[in-house]
Amino acid sequence: MLAKRIIPCLDIKDSRTVKGVNFVDLVDAGDPVELARYYSENGADELVFLDITATKEDRKTFAKLADEISKNINIPFTVGGGIKTVEDVDILLKSGADKVSINSYAVKNPDFINELATNFGTQCIVLAIDAKYVDNDWFVYLVGGRVKTEIRLFDWAKEVEDRGAGEILFTSMDHDGTKNGFAYQALEKLSQIVNIPIIASGGAGKIEHFNEVFKSGNIDAALAASVFHFNEIGLKDLKTELKNNNIPIRL
Amino acid sequence: MKVAIIDYGAGNTQSVKYALKRLGCEGVLTSDKEVISNSDKVIFPGVGQASSAMKKLKSKSLDVLIPNLKQPVLGICLGMQLMCNFSEEGDVDCLRIFDSNVKRFNNLLKVPQIGWNTIFDLKTKLFDSINENEYMYLVHSYYVPVLTDTVATSNYGINYSTAVKKNNFTGVQFHPEKSGSKGELVLKNFINNK
Repeated sequence: MLAKRIIPCLDIKDSRTVKGVNFVDLVDAGDPVELARYYSENGADELVFLDITATKEDRKTFAKLADEISKNINIPFTVGGGIKTVEDVDILLKSGADKVSINSYAVKNPDFINELATNFGTQCIVLAIDAKYVDNDWFVYLVGGRVKTEIRLFDWAKEVEDRGAGEILFTSMDHDGTKNGFAYQALEKLSQIVNIPIIASGGAGKIEHFNEVFKSGNIDAALAASVFHFNEIGLKDLKTELKNNNIPIRL
Repeated sequence: MKVAIIDYGAGNTQSVKYALKRLGCEGVLTSDKEVISNSDKVIFPGVGQASSAMKKLKSKSLDVLIPNLKQPVLGICLGMQLMCNFSEEGDVDCLRIFDSNVKRFNNLLKVPQIGWNTIFDLKTKLFDSINENEYMYLVHSYYVPVLTDTVATSNYGINYSTAVKKNNFTGVQFHPEKSGSKGELVLKNFINNK
Protein backbone atom coordinates (compact mmCIF):
# COMPACT_ATOMS: atom_id res chain seq x y z
CA MET A 1 0.00 0.00 0.00
CA LEU A 2 1.21 3.47 -0.85
CA ALA A 3 2.46 5.18 2.31
CA LYS A 4 1.58 8.68 3.46
CA ARG A 5 4.65 10.88 3.25
CA ILE A 6 6.23 13.14 5.88
CA ILE A 7 8.23 15.98 4.37
CA PRO A 8 10.51 18.38 6.24
CA CYS A 9 10.92 21.68 4.40
CA LEU A 10 14.15 23.70 4.47
CA ASP A 11 14.30 27.38 3.55
CA ILE A 12 17.60 28.26 1.92
CA LYS A 13 19.31 31.63 1.68
CA ASP A 14 22.83 32.01 0.32
CA SER A 15 23.22 28.23 0.48
CA ARG A 16 22.40 28.14 4.19
CA THR A 17 19.25 27.04 6.01
CA VAL A 18 17.38 30.08 7.23
CA LYS A 19 15.06 29.12 10.03
CA GLY A 20 17.03 28.18 13.08
CA VAL A 21 17.46 24.55 13.79
CA ASN A 22 17.88 22.91 17.12
CA PHE A 23 19.73 19.66 16.78
CA VAL A 24 22.45 19.25 19.32
CA ASP A 25 24.07 16.42 17.40
CA LEU A 26 24.62 18.43 14.23
CA VAL A 27 28.00 20.05 13.82
CA ASP A 28 26.63 22.74 11.54
CA ALA A 29 22.86 23.06 11.58
CA GLY A 30 22.98 25.81 8.99
CA ASP A 31 24.44 23.44 6.44
CA PRO A 32 21.55 22.20 4.29
CA VAL A 33 23.45 19.11 3.20
CA GLU A 34 24.13 18.00 6.73
CA LEU A 35 20.56 18.68 7.78
CA ALA A 36 19.27 16.82 4.73
CA ARG A 37 21.39 13.82 5.59
CA TYR A 38 20.17 13.92 9.18
CA TYR A 39 16.53 13.93 8.05
CA SER A 40 16.98 11.22 5.43
CA GLU A 41 18.66 8.96 7.99
CA ASN A 42 15.91 9.61 10.52
CA GLY A 43 12.90 8.66 8.47
CA ALA A 44 11.95 11.62 6.26
CA ASP A 45 10.19 10.33 3.15
CA GLU A 46 11.16 13.27 1.04
CA LEU A 47 12.63 16.76 1.43
CA VAL A 48 11.73 20.16 0.04
CA PHE A 49 14.29 22.95 -0.37
CA LEU A 50 12.99 26.45 -1.02
CA ASP A 51 15.43 29.07 -2.23
CA ILE A 52 14.16 32.30 -0.73
CA THR A 53 16.78 34.44 -2.40
CA ALA A 54 16.14 34.51 -6.08
CA THR A 55 18.65 36.53 -8.03
CA LYS A 56 20.21 35.04 -11.10
CA GLU A 57 23.55 34.40 -9.43
CA ASP A 58 21.82 32.61 -6.58
CA ARG A 59 20.14 30.27 -9.05
CA LYS A 60 23.52 28.89 -10.10
CA THR A 61 24.55 28.44 -6.48
CA PHE A 62 21.26 26.71 -5.80
CA ALA A 63 21.88 24.24 -8.63
CA LYS A 64 25.28 23.50 -7.12
CA LEU A 65 23.60 22.90 -3.80
CA ALA A 66 21.07 20.54 -5.44
CA ASP A 67 23.99 18.61 -6.86
CA GLU A 68 25.63 18.42 -3.44
CA ILE A 69 22.38 17.22 -1.84
CA SER A 70 21.98 14.58 -4.53
CA LYS A 71 25.48 13.30 -3.83
CA ASN A 72 24.73 12.93 -0.14
CA ILE A 73 21.19 11.69 0.32
CA ASN A 74 19.30 8.69 -1.00
CA ILE A 75 15.69 9.87 -0.80
CA PRO A 76 13.80 12.09 -3.25
CA PHE A 77 13.85 15.86 -2.98
CA THR A 78 12.07 18.85 -4.48
CA VAL A 79 13.58 22.26 -5.08
CA GLY A 80 11.73 25.52 -5.56
CA GLY A 81 11.91 29.28 -5.41
CA GLY A 82 12.16 31.75 -8.26
CA ILE A 83 11.92 29.21 -11.09
CA LYS A 84 10.95 31.03 -14.29
CA THR A 85 12.33 29.16 -17.29
CA VAL A 86 12.56 25.70 -18.80
CA GLU A 87 16.31 26.08 -18.48
CA ASP A 88 16.07 26.71 -14.71
CA VAL A 89 14.18 23.43 -14.38
CA ASP A 90 16.51 21.54 -16.68
CA ILE A 91 19.57 22.56 -14.64
CA LEU A 92 17.94 21.64 -11.32
CA LEU A 93 16.74 18.24 -12.54
CA LYS A 94 20.13 17.51 -14.07
CA SER A 95 21.69 18.41 -10.73
CA GLY A 96 19.76 15.55 -9.17
CA ALA A 97 16.52 17.12 -7.94
CA ASP A 98 13.53 14.83 -8.48
CA LYS A 99 10.88 17.51 -8.66
CA VAL A 100 10.64 21.26 -8.93
CA SER A 101 8.12 23.44 -7.18
CA ILE A 102 6.65 26.48 -8.91
CA ASN A 103 4.33 29.08 -7.42
CA SER A 104 3.83 32.78 -8.21
CA TYR A 105 5.32 32.60 -11.68
CA ALA A 106 2.81 29.94 -12.71
CA VAL A 107 -0.08 32.07 -11.49
CA LYS A 108 1.06 34.92 -13.75
CA ASN A 109 2.05 32.59 -16.61
CA PRO A 110 -0.16 29.48 -16.47
CA ASP A 111 1.16 28.23 -19.84
CA PHE A 112 4.48 27.65 -18.08
CA ILE A 113 2.90 24.61 -16.40
CA ASN A 114 2.03 23.08 -19.79
CA GLU A 115 5.49 23.88 -21.07
CA LEU A 116 7.16 22.10 -18.17
CA ALA A 117 4.80 19.10 -18.40
CA THR A 118 5.65 18.69 -22.09
CA ASN A 119 9.38 18.99 -21.50
CA PHE A 120 9.84 17.00 -18.34
CA GLY A 121 6.63 15.05 -17.66
CA THR A 122 3.98 15.84 -15.08
CA GLN A 123 5.61 13.71 -12.38
CA CYS A 124 8.31 16.26 -11.59
CA ILE A 125 6.11 19.36 -11.35
CA VAL A 126 4.89 20.37 -7.93
CA LEU A 127 2.50 23.29 -8.02
CA ALA A 128 2.74 25.25 -4.78
CA ILE A 129 -0.40 27.21 -3.93
CA ASP A 130 -0.62 29.70 -1.06
CA ALA A 131 -4.17 30.64 -0.15
CA LYS A 132 -6.20 32.52 2.47
CA TYR A 133 -9.86 32.37 3.44
CA VAL A 134 -11.36 35.82 2.81
CA ASP A 135 -14.99 36.87 2.24
CA ASN A 136 -16.30 33.31 2.51
CA ASP A 137 -13.94 31.78 -0.03
CA TRP A 138 -10.33 30.67 -0.46
CA PHE A 139 -8.19 32.97 -2.64
CA VAL A 140 -4.75 32.40 -4.10
CA TYR A 141 -2.00 34.66 -2.72
CA LEU A 142 1.38 35.50 -4.20
CA VAL A 143 4.82 36.44 -2.91
CA GLY A 144 4.71 34.31 0.19
CA GLY A 145 1.16 35.33 1.05
CA ARG A 146 1.64 39.07 0.74
CA VAL A 147 -0.30 39.79 -2.47
CA LYS A 148 -3.93 38.77 -2.94
CA THR A 149 -5.25 37.66 -6.32
CA GLU A 150 -8.84 37.29 -7.45
CA ILE A 151 -8.20 33.64 -8.32
CA ARG A 152 -10.18 31.14 -6.29
CA LEU A 153 -8.19 28.27 -4.82
CA PHE A 154 -10.38 25.43 -6.05
CA ASP A 155 -10.63 26.81 -9.61
CA TRP A 156 -6.88 27.22 -9.75
CA ALA A 157 -6.22 23.73 -8.37
CA LYS A 158 -8.39 22.19 -11.09
CA GLU A 159 -6.70 24.32 -13.74
CA VAL A 160 -3.16 23.37 -12.72
CA GLU A 161 -4.12 19.68 -12.77
CA ASP A 162 -5.53 20.07 -16.29
CA ARG A 163 -2.40 21.90 -17.39
CA GLY A 164 -0.09 19.13 -16.21
CA ALA A 165 0.90 19.62 -12.58
CA GLY A 166 1.83 16.28 -11.02
CA GLU A 167 1.23 17.28 -7.43
CA ILE A 168 -0.18 20.18 -5.41
CA LEU A 169 1.56 21.65 -2.36
CA PHE A 170 -1.16 23.60 -0.60
CA THR A 171 -0.25 26.08 2.13
CA SER A 172 -2.96 27.80 4.10
CA MET A 173 -1.60 31.24 4.99
CA ASP A 174 -4.24 31.39 7.73
CA HIS A 175 -2.73 28.36 9.41
CA ASP A 176 0.96 28.69 8.55
CA GLY A 177 3.02 29.40 11.65
CA THR A 178 0.09 29.02 14.08
CA LYS A 179 0.86 25.42 15.08
CA ASN A 180 -2.89 24.97 15.58
CA GLY A 181 -3.42 22.33 12.92
CA PHE A 182 -3.81 22.13 9.15
CA ALA A 183 -6.65 23.61 7.06
CA TYR A 184 -8.54 20.32 7.20
CA GLN A 185 -11.75 21.36 5.44
CA ALA A 186 -10.03 23.11 2.55
CA LEU A 187 -7.71 20.14 2.14
CA GLU A 188 -10.60 17.72 2.12
CA LYS A 189 -12.39 19.73 -0.54
CA LEU A 190 -9.20 20.01 -2.55
CA SER A 191 -8.77 16.24 -2.51
CA GLN A 192 -12.28 15.82 -3.90
CA ILE A 193 -11.65 18.28 -6.73
CA VAL A 194 -8.33 17.04 -8.11
CA ASN A 195 -7.02 13.55 -8.83
CA ILE A 196 -3.33 14.24 -8.27
CA PRO A 197 -1.41 13.88 -4.98
CA ILE A 198 -1.78 16.69 -2.43
CA ILE A 199 0.83 17.82 0.09
CA ALA A 200 -0.67 19.61 3.10
CA SER A 201 1.31 22.50 4.54
CA GLY A 202 0.81 25.13 7.21
CA GLY A 203 -0.25 24.70 10.81
CA ALA A 204 1.48 21.55 12.03
CA GLY A 205 2.18 21.82 15.75
CA LYS A 206 1.45 18.43 17.26
CA ILE A 207 1.46 14.79 16.24
CA GLU A 208 -2.36 14.82 16.42
CA HIS A 209 -2.45 17.35 13.60
CA PHE A 210 -0.71 14.93 11.23
CA ASN A 211 -3.03 12.17 12.34
CA GLU A 212 -6.06 14.31 11.64
CA VAL A 213 -4.86 15.53 8.25
CA PHE A 214 -4.44 11.96 7.01
CA LYS A 215 -7.76 10.82 8.46
CA SER A 216 -9.91 13.77 7.36
CA GLY A 217 -9.33 13.80 3.62
CA ASN A 218 -7.50 11.99 0.87
CA ILE A 219 -4.20 13.74 1.58
CA ASP A 220 -0.96 12.11 0.44
CA ALA A 221 1.73 13.97 2.32
CA ALA A 222 2.25 16.49 5.10
CA LEU A 223 4.97 19.11 5.10
CA ALA A 224 6.33 21.07 8.03
CA ALA A 225 9.40 23.08 8.92
CA SER A 226 9.95 24.46 12.39
CA VAL A 227 8.36 21.60 14.36
CA PHE A 228 11.00 19.36 12.83
CA HIS A 229 13.88 21.85 12.85
CA PHE A 230 13.37 22.64 16.53
CA ASN A 231 12.83 18.98 17.29
CA GLU A 232 9.41 19.67 18.80
CA ILE A 233 8.24 16.61 16.91
CA GLY A 234 10.69 13.78 16.27
CA LEU A 235 10.25 12.15 12.89
CA LYS A 236 10.45 8.65 14.32
CA ASP A 237 7.98 9.38 17.13
CA LEU A 238 5.61 10.93 14.64
CA LYS A 239 5.77 8.06 12.19
CA THR A 240 5.43 5.41 14.89
CA GLU A 241 2.38 7.14 16.29
CA LEU A 242 0.76 7.45 12.85
CA LYS A 243 1.43 3.81 12.16
CA ASN A 244 -0.15 2.87 15.49
CA ASN A 245 -3.20 4.76 14.28
CA ASN A 246 -3.39 2.52 11.19
CA ILE A 247 -2.15 5.13 8.76
CA PRO A 248 0.08 3.56 6.11
CA ILE A 249 3.56 4.79 6.97
CA ARG A 250 7.07 3.73 6.02
CA LEU A 251 9.05 3.04 9.16
CA MET B 1 34.02 -3.44 -12.62
CA LYS B 2 32.91 -1.12 -15.39
CA VAL B 3 29.32 0.09 -15.11
CA ALA B 4 27.83 2.13 -17.93
CA ILE B 5 24.82 4.35 -17.23
CA ILE B 6 23.09 4.98 -20.53
CA ASP B 7 22.76 8.74 -20.99
CA TYR B 8 20.26 9.53 -23.72
CA GLY B 9 18.92 12.82 -22.38
CA ALA B 10 16.03 11.35 -20.44
CA GLY B 11 15.88 12.24 -16.81
CA ASN B 12 17.79 11.90 -13.69
CA THR B 13 20.98 10.03 -14.58
CA GLN B 14 23.12 11.98 -12.13
CA SER B 15 21.32 10.48 -9.13
CA VAL B 16 22.11 6.97 -10.34
CA LYS B 17 25.77 7.87 -10.75
CA TYR B 18 25.92 9.31 -7.24
CA ALA B 19 24.13 6.28 -5.77
CA LEU B 20 26.74 3.99 -7.35
CA LYS B 21 29.47 6.22 -6.01
CA ARG B 22 28.09 5.84 -2.47
CA LEU B 23 28.52 2.10 -3.04
CA GLY B 24 32.13 2.64 -4.06
CA CYS B 25 31.47 2.06 -7.74
CA GLU B 26 32.23 4.60 -10.48
CA GLY B 27 29.50 4.56 -13.12
CA VAL B 28 30.18 6.13 -16.50
CA LEU B 29 27.43 8.29 -18.00
CA THR B 30 27.57 7.58 -21.71
CA SER B 31 25.69 7.18 -24.97
CA ASP B 32 28.78 5.73 -26.71
CA LYS B 33 27.88 2.31 -28.10
CA GLU B 34 31.41 0.99 -27.76
CA VAL B 35 31.68 2.04 -24.12
CA ILE B 36 28.27 0.53 -23.34
CA SER B 37 29.04 -2.75 -25.12
CA ASN B 38 32.36 -3.13 -23.32
CA SER B 39 31.00 -2.56 -19.82
CA ASP B 40 30.52 -5.34 -17.29
CA LYS B 41 27.10 -4.03 -16.30
CA VAL B 42 24.70 -1.57 -17.87
CA ILE B 43 22.13 0.62 -16.16
CA PHE B 44 19.34 2.00 -18.33
CA PRO B 45 17.61 4.78 -16.35
CA GLY B 46 14.93 7.16 -17.45
CA VAL B 47 12.38 9.63 -16.24
CA GLY B 48 10.03 11.31 -18.64
CA GLN B 49 7.73 10.48 -21.50
CA ALA B 50 7.96 7.16 -23.40
CA SER B 51 7.57 8.24 -27.01
CA SER B 52 10.03 11.13 -26.72
CA ALA B 53 12.48 8.85 -24.92
CA MET B 54 12.22 6.28 -27.74
CA LYS B 55 12.96 9.06 -30.24
CA LYS B 56 16.08 9.96 -28.30
CA LEU B 57 17.19 6.31 -28.20
CA LYS B 58 16.64 5.96 -31.95
CA SER B 59 18.57 9.11 -32.74
CA LYS B 60 21.60 7.44 -31.14
CA SER B 61 20.78 3.93 -32.53
CA LEU B 62 20.55 2.72 -28.94
CA ASP B 63 17.22 1.05 -29.74
CA VAL B 64 19.21 -1.52 -31.74
CA LEU B 65 22.08 -1.84 -29.28
CA ILE B 66 20.18 -2.33 -25.99
CA PRO B 67 18.15 -5.49 -26.87
CA ASN B 68 21.37 -7.11 -28.12
CA LEU B 69 23.47 -6.48 -25.03
CA LYS B 70 24.84 -9.66 -23.44
CA GLN B 71 25.93 -8.40 -20.01
CA PRO B 72 23.49 -7.77 -17.10
CA VAL B 73 21.27 -4.77 -17.84
CA LEU B 74 19.14 -2.99 -15.26
CA GLY B 75 16.31 -0.75 -16.52
CA ILE B 76 14.97 1.72 -13.98
CA CYS B 77 11.47 3.27 -14.09
CA LEU B 78 10.96 4.45 -17.67
CA GLY B 79 13.97 2.32 -18.62
CA MET B 80 12.06 -0.78 -17.52
CA GLN B 81 8.93 0.30 -19.39
CA LEU B 82 10.89 0.95 -22.59
CA MET B 83 12.14 -2.66 -22.52
CA CYS B 84 8.54 -3.82 -23.16
CA ASN B 85 6.78 -4.21 -26.54
CA PHE B 86 4.69 -1.09 -26.60
CA SER B 87 3.73 1.84 -24.36
CA GLU B 88 0.37 3.58 -24.20
CA GLU B 89 2.32 6.72 -23.26
CA GLY B 90 2.47 8.31 -26.70
CA ASP B 91 1.42 4.96 -28.32
CA VAL B 92 4.97 3.97 -29.15
CA ASP B 93 6.72 0.73 -30.09
CA CYS B 94 9.49 0.00 -27.64
CA LEU B 95 12.44 -2.41 -27.35
CA ARG B 96 10.49 -5.71 -27.27
CA ILE B 97 12.57 -7.44 -24.62
CA PHE B 98 9.61 -8.12 -22.33
CA ASP B 99 6.48 -9.41 -24.00
CA SER B 100 4.03 -6.89 -22.59
CA ASN B 101 2.37 -3.58 -23.21
CA VAL B 102 2.74 -0.67 -20.80
CA LYS B 103 -0.62 0.67 -19.62
CA ARG B 104 -1.89 3.78 -17.91
CA PHE B 105 -3.30 3.53 -14.40
CA ASN B 106 -7.03 4.17 -14.48
CA ASN B 107 -8.26 7.23 -12.62
CA LEU B 108 -9.82 5.41 -9.67
CA LEU B 109 -6.69 6.33 -7.75
CA LYS B 110 -4.57 9.45 -8.06
CA VAL B 111 -2.29 9.52 -11.08
CA PRO B 112 0.72 9.73 -11.01
CA GLN B 113 1.43 7.40 -8.15
CA ILE B 114 4.05 9.29 -6.13
CA GLY B 115 5.69 7.95 -3.02
CA TRP B 116 6.77 4.88 -1.12
CA ASN B 117 4.96 1.63 -1.84
CA THR B 118 5.66 -1.94 -0.76
CA ILE B 119 7.17 -4.61 -2.99
CA PHE B 120 6.28 -8.27 -2.51
CA ASP B 121 6.51 -11.78 -4.01
CA LEU B 122 10.22 -11.13 -4.35
CA LYS B 123 12.22 -13.49 -6.55
CA THR B 124 15.83 -13.58 -7.80
CA LYS B 125 19.07 -12.56 -6.14
CA LEU B 126 18.37 -8.90 -6.89
CA PHE B 127 16.33 -8.94 -3.68
CA ASP B 128 18.87 -10.75 -1.47
CA SER B 129 18.58 -9.35 2.09
CA ILE B 130 15.44 -7.38 1.16
CA ASN B 131 12.37 -8.29 3.19
CA GLU B 132 8.94 -8.91 1.72
CA ASN B 133 6.85 -5.72 1.85
CA GLU B 134 9.85 -3.42 1.99
CA TYR B 135 9.07 0.15 0.90
CA MET B 136 10.57 1.56 -2.30
CA TYR B 137 10.11 4.98 -3.94
CA LEU B 138 7.99 5.16 -7.08
CA VAL B 139 6.83 7.91 -9.42
CA HIS B 140 4.78 6.80 -12.40
CA SER B 141 1.51 7.03 -14.30
CA TYR B 142 2.03 3.92 -16.45
CA TYR B 143 2.67 0.34 -15.37
CA VAL B 144 3.68 -3.10 -16.60
CA PRO B 145 1.05 -5.76 -15.76
CA VAL B 146 2.02 -8.94 -13.91
CA LEU B 147 3.86 -11.27 -16.34
CA THR B 148 5.56 -14.65 -16.24
CA ASP B 149 8.78 -12.58 -16.07
CA THR B 150 7.60 -10.68 -12.98
CA VAL B 151 10.05 -11.00 -10.07
CA ALA B 152 8.46 -8.46 -7.71
CA THR B 153 4.94 -7.06 -7.43
CA SER B 154 3.41 -3.84 -6.07
CA ASN B 155 -0.21 -2.84 -5.68
CA TYR B 156 -1.80 0.42 -6.69
CA GLY B 157 -5.45 -0.36 -7.23
CA ILE B 158 -4.24 -3.49 -9.02
CA ASN B 159 -1.20 -5.72 -8.72
CA TYR B 160 1.48 -4.81 -11.26
CA SER B 161 5.11 -5.65 -12.02
CA THR B 162 7.48 -3.66 -9.87
CA ALA B 163 10.38 -5.77 -11.17
CA VAL B 164 10.80 -8.07 -14.18
CA LYS B 165 13.65 -10.32 -15.28
CA LYS B 166 14.40 -12.23 -18.46
CA ASN B 167 17.85 -13.64 -19.27
CA ASN B 168 20.37 -10.83 -18.72
CA PHE B 169 17.69 -8.11 -18.56
CA THR B 170 16.18 -6.85 -15.32
CA GLY B 171 13.79 -3.95 -14.91
CA VAL B 172 12.62 -2.18 -11.76
CA GLN B 173 9.74 0.27 -11.66
CA PHE B 174 10.89 1.79 -8.37
CA HIS B 175 13.92 4.05 -8.02
CA PRO B 176 16.61 2.12 -6.11
CA GLU B 177 18.78 5.25 -6.18
CA LYS B 178 16.10 7.16 -4.23
CA SER B 179 14.79 4.40 -1.98
CA GLY B 180 17.05 4.89 1.00
CA SER B 181 19.39 2.19 2.25
CA LYS B 182 17.13 -0.66 1.02
CA GLY B 183 17.17 0.74 -2.49
CA GLU B 184 20.95 0.98 -2.35
CA LEU B 185 21.01 -2.68 -1.39
CA VAL B 186 19.13 -3.56 -4.59
CA LEU B 187 21.71 -1.62 -6.61
CA LYS B 188 24.49 -3.31 -4.69
CA ASN B 189 23.00 -6.74 -5.46
CA PHE B 190 22.84 -5.86 -9.13
CA ILE B 191 26.47 -4.73 -9.13
CA ASN B 192 27.77 -7.70 -7.12
CA ASN B 193 25.71 -10.56 -8.58
CA LYS B 194 27.36 -12.64 -11.25
